[in-house]
Amino acid sequence: MSAPTTTTGISDEVRELANQEYQYGFTTDLETEVAPRGLSEDIIRLISSKKNEPDWLLDWRLKAYRHWITLTPPTWQHVTYGPVDYQDIIYYADPRPKKQVSSMDEVDPELRAMFDKLGISLGEQERLSGVAVDAIVDSVSVATTFTKKLAEVGVIFCSFSEAVQNHPDLVRRYLGSVVPHNDNFFACLNSAVFTDGSFCYIPKGVRCPMELSTYFRINAADTGQFERTLIIAEEGAYVSYLEGCTAPVRDKNQLHAAVVELVALDDAQIKYSTVQNWYPGDADGNGGVYNFVTKRGMASGRNSKISWTQVETGSAITWKYPGVVLKGDNSVGEFYSVALTARRQQADTGSKMVHIGKNTTSTIISKAISAGHGENTYRGLVDIRHSAVGARNFTQCDSLLIGKDSGAHTLPYIDVKNQTGQVEHEASTSKIGEEQLLYCRQRGIDEEEAVSMIVNGFCREVFKMLPMEFAVEAQKLLTVSLEGSVG
Amino acid sequence: MTAVRVPVRSAGGALADLTPKRNGRDLGWLADARLDALEWVGKHGFPSRKDEDWKYTALDGILAVPFEAAAAGAGPRVTADLINAAAIDLGGPRLVFVNGHFAAEFSRLAGLPTGAVVTTLASVLDASPDQLKPFFEHTPGEHHAFAAFNDVLAEDGAYIHLTQDTIVAQPIQLVFFSDTEGVPLMSSPRSVIVADAGSRATIIETYAGIENDIYFTNVVTEVVLAENAQIDHYKVQDEQTTAFHLALLDVRQARNSRFTSRSVMLGARVARHEIRVLLDGVEAEVSLDGIYLPRGEQVHDNTIFVDHLATNCTSHQLYKGVLDGHGHGVFNGHIMVRHGADGTDANQKNKNLLLSDRAQVDTRPRLEIYTDDVKCTHGAAIGQMDDEALLYLRTRGIPLDAARGLLVYAFVQEMVDRIELEPLRAQLEALVAGRFAQGDSPVSA
Amino acid sequence: MLKITELHASIENTEILRGVNLELKAGEVHAIMGPNGSGKSTLASVLIGRDGYDVSGSVQYEGQDLLALSPEERAAAGVFLAFQHPVEIPGVGNMYFMRTALNSLRRARGLEELDAVDFLSLAQESMKLVEMDQTFMSRSVNEGFSGGEKKRNEILQMAILEPKLAILDETDSGLDIDALRVVASGVNALRSEGRAMLVITHHQRLLDYIVPDYVHVMAAGQIVHSGGKDLALELEANGYAGLTPRSESTAQVGATV
Repeated sequence: MSAPTTTTGISDEVRELANQEYQYGFTTDLETEVAPRGLSEDIIRLISSKKNEPDWLLDWRLKAYRHWITLTPPTWQHVTYGPVDYQDIIYYADPRPKKQVSSMDEVDPELRAMFDKLGISLGEQERLSGVAVDAIVDSVSVATTFTKKLAEVGVIFCSFSEAVQNHPDLVRRYLGSVVPHNDNFFACLNSAVFTDGSFCYIPKGVRCPMELSTYFRINAADTGQFERTLIIAEEGAYVSYLEGCTAPVRDKNQLHAAVVELVALDDAQIKYSTVQNWYPGDADGNGGVYNFVTKRGMASGRNSKISWTQVETGSAITWKYPGVVLKGDNSVGEFYSVALTARRQQADTGSKMVHIGKNTTSTIISKAISAGHGENTYRGLVDIRHSAVGARNFTQCDSLLIGKDSGAHTLPYIDVKNQTGQVEHEASTSKIGEEQLLYCRQRGIDEEEAVSMIVNGFCREVFKMLPMEFAVEAQKLLTVSLEGSVG
Repeated sequence: MTAVRVPVRSAGGALADLTPKRNGRDLGWLADARLDALEWVGKHGFPSRKDEDWKYTALDGILAVPFEAAAAGAGPRVTADLINAAAIDLGGPRLVFVNGHFAAEFSRLAGLPTGAVVTTLASVLDASPDQLKPFFEHTPGEHHAFAAFNDVLAEDGAYIHLTQDTIVAQPIQLVFFSDTEGVPLMSSPRSVIVADAGSRATIIETYAGIENDIYFTNVVTEVVLAENAQIDHYKVQDEQTTAFHLALLDVRQARNSRFTSRSVMLGARVARHEIRVLLDGVEAEVSLDGIYLPRGEQVHDNTIFVDHLATNCTSHQLYKGVLDGHGHGVFNGHIMVRHGADGTDANQKNKNLLLSDRAQVDTRPRLEIYTDDVKCTHGAAIGQMDDEALLYLRTRGIPLDAARGLLVYAFVQEMVDRIELEPLRAQLEALVAGRFAQGDSPVSA
Repeated sequence: MLKITELHASIENTEILRGVNLELKAGEVHAIMGPNGSGKSTLASVLIGRDGYDVSGSVQYEGQDLLALSPEERAAAGVFLAFQHPVEIPGVGNMYFMRTALNSLRRARGLEELDAVDFLSLAQESMKLVEMDQTFMSRSVNEGFSGGEKKRNEILQMAILEPKLAILDETDSGLDIDALRVVASGVNALRSEGRAMLVITHHQRLLDYIVPDYVHVMAAGQIVHSGGKDLALELEANGYAGLTPRSESTAQVGATV
């Protein structure tokens, strides 16, 4: 079942059901940590009230919800998956994990093996699996330390919920300014039900003294399915933000519909890096995360710059097009991406660069690797509007295929409405080089290692855009993800 | 067969009441096939901009004009001179069609070797229609509504059959001329080219009309190449800018066959040239080149689908556009490599030069690949004139306008040079060069 | 060390090697000369285990059946090929590549792996041998290397990996005289008692620098003539045309230089 389709609201049946569950679910039983399954205005009111949100935010959520129920999920993307039952999802759970494993022995051995391969320390493993409470406390205190240090230079870095409480004006001003509540099916859903996420504000002229990362801030593996991130860089500010799981977090939830909004004012720079390694599902395509994410930056100021770097190795299905609206004159947008699909993974990803301001430039570098039954689609838009005098784009998309059952697709859309626009798009698709493999093997390197080496080399252009530790992590991830794809 | 009202999703509905004129003369199976096609169009309507494949091509104009199906009989104003001006006489076999119907008085069928059948579709429909079965009996709406509409209305066109190892040395010219003064007419030329094993020919299609006439040419050309056959196909589309031109060139290739297409798109208000190539036999080769030069309010859409089904096939595409005035160019090239089509070597390239402030280009080179043993590339570039080169020419005393013309011509010359037929190349050189010399755009300098 | 007996190889039903017989002992340097298309490079490819050939006959290497091994197992057993056209591997650092290769070999031989520092000091010695500086190590494998740089890089790898059997496939092709001198002196420095070399070349020129113990002439997939180092000079003077292949069927091919 998908979204209810009546235009005035949800169907009576659903409402009845929701009310029923509502009745038993949470009004009377405040001890309950988890809301009943399904989505309704009442659920949204519950989320909003649990989070003690101001009315304007509730209204915004409801507006999004009312629009969402008129929408149908998009079907144009080059992926196939069974229907998502949006009424079978729990939209609100108390952030505290309900159940914790008490020792590493209880952790899934496959997950542990993965950790070991990644070279993650036991302490880290414990933290990531949510084993030791004090470990979590530790990381909270780390975060607190950072928060203090950041506060000294005026940087606000907190959870979205805290921002709503402590900086409502900023949130109100920028929320939905880049990704409006009615942007697309998943962004709309996110707007209605998002539970938390990150908020970051860099004041005028401040260069954020450290890389900001969700790694330190989010204290539990049970991050919400509907995160919302908002980053604002004021005039001349700079921030580098790292997102995501640096380790394969097993997620029982199927659907992740996050929204990230970035705003860069005059001369500001935002660098946003993601290493995504959600559970990809098993070799037969069972399980795994649906990663349907809307990420967009507004380079609204003159000389502003927004740069996306992503390494996507996880998720059963990935659907995301981090983009930049280049509104300010001389603004710059960048997108560097590595997307790997193995097993039965499917990815439809790319970037959107919308050139509005004068002399705006954008660069898209996409490296896609398909192995096993993996399907990888680059889909990108370069839109040079009539106002964008002197705009330039360079796009390069390379795909590497490993195995007869893999697929790689390149679907750029290039629309140019200004004669001074210059656009160059290049793409290539080929099998992993047999001569390269032989060369490596002649030197004694076994086939699997040779494949990993060649693939990592293929991605190097993107990896070098990542902060050092992330790059190392990403390389290891690639190697792990490719295992078993050879031969 | 009765008229079926065709729902048009975007606007108008003017194509609604068209019925084939061959009513009653068709055999049962053909009448059924036409009816199926008409019903399909009736059910699905014509495409609109919501359709991914028609996103950039405004059909409103076509759908708003109340076109009537053109009847046989040459238009009153057509002369041999007009025909010759549109399509330079290459001296070989030449079939001229006026408003989609064969005009014997302008045609010549001399100089064909035995083993080459060059005739009209109408005569085959009358004499031995069954050999056309494979061309009309396909899934209704297999391609799109306009192709289906051609199924419904097609009465005439060229029928060319080259038997095994037949080589036609002289190019075969097909000239489609429109003369529709007063009444907006729609013609539905349907040509069928069958090249048996080892045969070879060159075929040139030319489309033109009379100034200010409003007409719509809805073409389907089907080419079937058997093993080792080779067809070199040229298309010169120089319709009036008051006209609409939609064409589907559908090509099927068997083992080791070779097909080349060179398209020069000059005319029409809205033109779409769609090429579909099915590489169904190993080691087949296809090469598709084109130039499109929209200016004024013209829309030129090049839609290409190359389907690699067999192993070790090669496909190339190179399209260049020069866009002026409010001209709008579209390149929508799609390469599909099916599972198992190993050893595929495919590439596509699209380059565009924007000359005016209001010109627009949308380009979508697409690769869809389902096997790993491939070498595929594509590229698209959009740019403007090289200022350095322009300055250089001017310092050598060449006036600005002429310098511009020269550079634009240089941009497309590569394509013109690929035309191997000397007289045709000369004609097109003159056409293209003349176009830039007269300077449609005083360019927003 | 290496004994090739009646080696045949064909690709897509075209026979390229038509019964090659050859024996190399440790410490010897053998040159194989012959016109283009005579099968010299195919012999090298078959010896290192390139895919795509139908192979019959026997190749005994240090008492094992070489043909039964995978390319990396052959490398671990000490077989090295300096490629005629070394492939570029974008994004993979040259030093990282060589260290991975060396450690793979060491692992296979039960030796301890080298860390980056140890490796670098080892590599530095070898780099001097082929007059390469540090910057080569930080570049991607062969990417953007000139012809001469690629060949020097091959010899550098040979020096680092210390093979028992080194096959040099047209290592002189595309080299100017200076590069040739560097490459040849590198090779000469690596000549040793325990190492055999098979030098494949089209031109006599290389053999002025790397003086072989034996020269073999290959034509139409067979070794048609063997002799001492003077044979090379003879060939230089008279060309390949004067040599008589073993069988009639190969005569025509052998005669077209």
